Amino acid sequence: MTQKEIVIKTNKLTKKFGDFIAANEITFEVYKGEIFGFLGANGAGKTTAMKMLIGISKPSYGYAQIAGYDVYKETELIKKNIGYMSQKFSLYEDLTIKENIHLFGGIYGLSEEQIKTKREALIDKLDLHSQADKLVASLPLGWKQKLAFSIAIVHKPKIIFLDEPTGGVDPITRRQFWDMIYEAAANGITVFVTTHYMDEAEYCNRVSIMVDGVIQAIDSPDGLKRKYNAQSMEEVFLMLARGAKRGE
Amino acid sequence: MKAVELKNIVKTYALKKSSVTAVDDVSFSVEEGEIFGLIGPDGAGKTSIFRILTTLLLADKGNAKVLCNDVVKDWKTIRDIVGYMPGRFSLYQDLTVEENLDFFATIFNTTIQENYDLVADIYKQLEPFKTRRAGKLSGGMKQKLALSCALIHKPKILFLDEPTTGVDPVSRKEFWEILKRLKKQGITILVSTPYMDEAKLCDRIALMQKGKIMTIDTPEAIVNQFGKNLYAVHSESMFKLLNDLRSFTKTESCFAFGENHHLTLKEECTTELEKYLLASGHNNATIKKLEPGIEDCFMQLMKK
Repeated sequence: MTQKEIVIKTNKLTKKFGDFIAANEITFEVYKGEIFGFLGANGAGKTTAMKMLIGISKPSYGYAQIAGYDVYKETELIKKNIGYMSQKFSLYEDLTIKENIHLFGGIYGLSEEQIKTKREALIDKLDLHSQADKLVASLPLGWKQKLAFSIAIVHKPKIIFLDEPTGGVDPITRRQFWDMIYEAAANGITVFVTTHYMDEAEYCNRVSIMVDGVIQAIDSPDGLKRKYNAQSMEEVFLMLARGAKRGE
Repeated sequence: MKAVELKNIVKTYALKKSSVTAVDDVSFSVEEGEIFGLIGPDGAGKTSIFRILTTLLLADKGNAKVLCNDVVKDWKTIRDIVGYMPGRFSLYQDLTVEENLDFFATIFNTTIQENYDLVADIYKQLEPFKTRRAGKLSGGMKQKLALSCALIHKPKILFLDEPTTGVDPVSRKEFWEILKRLKKQGITILVSTPYMDEAKLCDRIALMQKGKIMTIDTPEAIVNQFGKNLYAVHSESMFKLLNDLRSFTKTESCFAFGENHHLTLKEECTTELEKYLLASGHNNATIKKLEPGIEDCFMQLMKK
């Protein structure tokens, strides 16, 4: 990252539900090719913030630009330029692997020709030839998540949003998944990731920690550990999140 | 008396064309008063074991007992003496917090007042929201309500299926504090988790994967069986370091582990490794010996 091209920029981004301020004047920047960890306790406002960033929830006030597009007026352009994957929903279980690639390729606006090329390359890379015509439901979770990630970046988005991508995955697959994250980042895709595994926070270039709707800290893992005089990110997290006043 | 005893339990699910053996000849027992952990990723067979022990699912083969009651013949007795918190939130979404607790007390012929001391610790955090519908609660509060409902009839054994999955580190810590206090009151706890760091909070654990138990012991004993020197390696460029360590000819295994990479070697050669790292451009690499954790052991067993 010699030149720091900004791909996510927010200024006082806020979401209120009645009197409740779920995300309170969030201001931060994320740079191109960066792996950015978005941490916070349950109920801190991560999901609310993420929904605004991916263009599916309108902010109450404040400003944000995602991949150069405005979160109020250009939500459709935002969706075309990002990828999204979560633990809860990633692929259609009752479609085959090939069908899922076809469907998502189509949704992301690739041509039939492009889809075909991408599909072959993807199946090759993940070594899924023998499984390609089987239902996604029959794949082990770890494979599903790896496939879902590959599909979420099939249209070469500028940013990939990952919402707890490794929950419930075995420790070896969890690490293989992070190998894929590193590779995507090395190819210039910005990675925005939430996780409850604090060892994974260490793999990020920078992390932010949300407490009660506010970004309480933002820095590199090493910077945060120095600032809070902690041995690990887990310690930093516990220190900050324990100060939370609002229950979930 | 054993709190739980499984002998050669097998459970297979038939799919359209194939079948999956979710529990593959599993035997283990849990002592009274113990916190016993089933540790493993999704697909290890943890939930099937819970459902068999709580009499909600029949095994294909083998037998299982809960406090000497057979899971098939004595299912009625078992349902009275166990508390079960399923992995998926299963309370009544359109009843309030208080109505849910009252409902579960009533079906077990008791009242909230009678066993309040057992749940007081947990329930008092929920009391400000007692008129809120359960469906409107956040994840952490749902989890606390579910535990309260599983406890309100004063069970002898608690079955907790992944109670901390998707829960942040602060709430996870609090939840385990609650479990420790319940253990002190003499309740046996069988708990499952995909988080390896929670393993050390159990008295004994079974490490599971794909329907099979890889090992059962105390966390300390499992760590002692690692049998290899483990090194934490750190440098300024961690991603490059991972690839360089994996290319080192005497590397046996190398995994990213938060701020360090964990490394085992085919033979002791740390001086040679230092030279190799220096030659690869890692000027400030550090190599430190460290105690393996459960996650290290789990990965070592997975590779066998």
